[in-house]
Amino acid sequence: MTHATASADMMHPPVPAEPGSGVYSNKLGMWIFLASDVMFFTALIGSYIILRFGMSEPWAAPGAILNVPLTGINTFLLICSSVSMVKAYAAIVDGKKYFLRPIPGKLLQDGGLKFWMLVTILCGAAFVGVQVFEYIKLVQHGLTPAGFREGSHYAELALADPVKYGAATAGLFGSTFFTMTGFHGFHVTCGVVSMLYLYFTKVLPEKYSPADYRGIETIGLYWHFVDLVWIILFTIVYLI
Amino acid sequence: MTEHVRPNYILIWAYLFVLTVIEVAAAFLSHIPKHWLIIILVVLAVVKALLVAMYFMHLKFERWRLRLIFLIPLPLAAILVLATITEKIW
Repeated sequence: MTHATASADMMHPPVPAEPGSGVYSNKLGMWIFLASDVMFFTALIGSYIILRFGMSEPWAAPGAILNVPLTGINTFLLICSSVSMVKAYAAIVDGKKYFLRPIPGKLLQDGGLKFWMLVTILCGAAFVGVQVFEYIKLVQHGLTPAGFREGSHYAELALADPVKYGAATAGLFGSTFFTMTGFHGFHVTCGVVSMLYLYFTKVLPEKYSPADYRGIETIGLYWHFVDLVWIILFTIVYLI
Repeated sequence: MTEHVRPNYILIWAYLFVLTVIEVAAAFLSHIPKHWLIIILVVLAVVKALLVAMYFMHLKFERWRLRLIFLIPLPLAAILVLATITEKIW
C-alpha cells in the first residue's frame, strides 16, 4: 500500500490561506492550540520528573504495579488509529469518499474516507475503554491518587517488598500517574467525541471533497498530537 | 506551490511498532544499567515522536513559519524543567 504518487500541493487545500502563515485559519488555529498543549503537558511531565527524581526514597519498579503488556497493546491501538487517521486524510485528498471499494485482481478492498475514519474512531474508543478497565483494576487492587489503600492487595505487597513497590512514594506515584494518564485520556475522549460528530455531520453526508477537507486535516493534527503525547507518557510512566 | 511524494504511511506505522517492541524489550528483558536504559528509552521515544510529527502531522512538508509555531514552546519546556531541577544548585 504505497502512495508513491506525487500530488500537487496536497498539504494546502484550495481554501483561502492566511497571508502570514500560508495556511488556512482553521489549521493555524489548531497548530497554535497544539503549541499551548505542548506547554500544558510539559507542566505535567516536568512536575513528574522533578517529583520523581527529587525523591530519595525508591519509586515503584517498572511493571510492578502497572500492567505493561496491556498498556503496550493500548499503545499499539493508538499508533494504529494514528495511521488510519492519516489514511483517511490521504483518502479524501484523492477524493475517495466511499467506505470500501473492490480493487480488480486483489483480495483486499480499497478503503475510503468513511472506512478509515471509522477505524480511527473505533481504535480511539477502544483505547479509552482499555484505559478505563486499567483504572478500575488498579483502584480495585488498591492504587489510588493518595497511594495504596489500607489493607488492599498493593498495600500488602508493599509491606512485603517496600523497595520494589515504592512503599514510601506510593502517594506521589498514584497522584502523578492518574493526573498524567487522566488528562491524556481526557484528550483522547474529546478527540473521539469530535470525530464522531464529524463522522455523522460531515463524513457520512459526503460534505468533504478534495477541494475542502479542512475538518479532516485539523482533527487529524489533534489526533496525531494525542498519539505523540502518549508515546512520551508510555515511556516515562510505564517503562522507566 | 510545492510538490512532494506522499510518504509511505504503512512503513512509518511499521517503524513505530518495531520501536515500541524494542522499547518494551529493552525495559524488561535486557540488563542494561539503569541510567543507560533511561537514555536509550528517552531517545527511542523522541525518535517515535519525531516520526509522528514529521510524517503523520506533515511537518516535514510544511513551511518553516508553521514549524516554528510547534518548535518554539519546546526550548521553553526544556528551560522550565531544567531550571526547576537545578534549583538546588543556585
